[in-house]
Amino acid sequence: MSTKKRYERPIITKYQSGLMNKFGSGPSAKAKTSIDEVAVSKLVEEYGSPLFVMSERQLRNNQQNAIRIFRTRYPKVQFAWSYKTNYLNAVCSVFHQEGSLAEVVSEFEYDKAKLLGIKGSNIIFNGPDKSRAALQKAIKDNAKIHIDHFDELYEIIDLCNSENLKANVAIRVNMDVGVYPLWDRFGFNYENGEAWQAIKRIMSEKSLKLTGLHTHIGTYMMTAEAYRIAASKLASLANSIKREFDIKLDYIDMGGGFASNNTLIGQYLPAEQIIPSMEQYADAISSGMFEMNATGSDLPALILETGRALVDNAGYLITTVLANKRLSTGRRAIIIDAGVNILFTSFWYKHKISPAQESGVHVEDSSLYGPLCMNIDLIRESILLPAVKKGEHLVIEDVGAYAMTQWMQFITMRPNVVMIMQDGTVELIRKSEALNYILDRELLPKQLKLK
Amino acid sequence: MVNFIIPENIAISESGFLFLAGTGETFTLNQIGKEIFNLIRSKSSEEEIINSIVNDYDIDKATAHKDFADFISQLKHYSILKEA
Ligand SMILES: Cc1ncc(COP(=O)(O)O)c(C=O)c1O
Repeated sequence: MSTKKRYERPIITKYQSGLMNKFGSGPSAKAKTSIDEVAVSKLVEEYGSPLFVMSERQLRNNQQNAIRIFRTRYPKVQFAWSYKTNYLNAVCSVFHQEGSLAEVVSEFEYDKAKLLGIKGSNIIFNGPDKSRAALQKAIKDNAKIHIDHFDELYEIIDLCNSENLKANVAIRVNMDVGVYPLWDRFGFNYENGEAWQAIKRIMSEKSLKLTGLHTHIGTYMMTAEAYRIAASKLASLANSIKREFDIKLDYIDMGGGFASNNTLIGQYLPAEQIIPSMEQYADAISSGMFEMNATGSDLPALILETGRALVDNAGYLITTVLANKRLSTGRRAIIIDAGVNILFTSFWYKHKISPAQESGVHVEDSSLYGPLCMNIDLIRESILLPAVKKGEHLVIEDVGAYAMTQWMQFITMRPNVVMIMQDGTVELIRKSEALNYILDRELLPKQLKLK
Repeated sequence: MVNFIIPENIAISESGFLFLAGTGETFTLNQIGKEIFNLIRSKSSEEEIINSIVNDYDIDKATAHKDFADFISQLKHYSILKEA
């Protein structure tokens, strides 16, 4: 019997100039068959599809690397894990084991951190929404409360006075760092003197201890210089506080916002070519910090609430091809089992997406749709992908940040999340939702019951 | 029976480089795409083309059919081919 030639689907590719800018990162023909040496096919077999995968090794590498980069530039550095970026217990615990505080922006996140075993004094409580009850709890726990607005400041003063409590507080400061639009809806403004007003008010209250200054200038900041300006403005506030009140602060908290390796939709070049490196962010921040009139042990600690840059590249989403079809224009469309309901970030990122098995070298411009029967369910308008058959898998990379917190239960259930541990074992860290998970919350009035 | 017609002003090279003289557009075809294109040009029918693919390549008839139909719709989209 004669041996037959290896089959490849017939393909025609049109030559286009400027492919790069239109499609983001180069063609994704290279297969991603395993994650941390665990075969994608094995993961799907065991845990189903779609499937979120976190890498413990990558999380720890990212955190240790960031600590090293900052500690070689500034003597006292403390990271605080931004819960909203990914608050799965397993992920938070890795960061806490690496020495991070908890940075929370709601009572729910606060309680979650406490349940993980984090002491109140190791929790930074940020955000505009802190109920009186939540504030009371946080004050009693000695948490670091970062005040967002005057109404909150007065609420805290009232609480402390009526219950004879003492609170550790900082203020969040917003400012012009040359990046627009300004994030001036959070905290007290620097330029118009509002921040200084808040500081003076705090200093006049015996029940309040001003422990630090906080800012978070934005997210996915593409210029490191903005951080130098921000650090220098907070340094100047710290200098004024020292001069006027003879107080040295425990810390300056520079918030989060470093860009991750994801390319934004509409961005011309791939992210890795244009975003600042962690070293550049660290250089900028430390040079601003050193404008403080303090040395050695008098220097306040530098707190960083880095979110996406520490977790994005530790997360993957494995998905399965449901169908291939042609749109009326002749464009190839691929339908996969992961939709925007679980991959919210595809609204603003051009995620890196690769086939999980060896495919032909020919790639074709394709649109990638999720499984929802909704027009909005577009994972990617335009991506160069080789032929993938029904049942084959794709791996979507850099999905560790925000996807697993902003996902929603809509039309389909949220899938399993596993973590590949450093020793190569795989642990289920969040179980997929089943129908009863949803029905448990629903109540059907008696008169609406069918028969 | 001939199912498809390829206009006269389309040139294809040995390596699968295809040129539409009318519009100046250029394309590349992979090996099997080039074979199919040449079979259509030599007036083979759809049935003959599928048979030839299944004969030469390690593929089942259903998949060959599906991929062929997909390929044809692309050729039509690029005006490289017309229905007879
Ligand atoms: C106060 C605060 N800190 C930290 C972060 C984490 O930001 P990122 O993920 O951009 O590093 C955020 C997110 O918006 C935030 O609001």
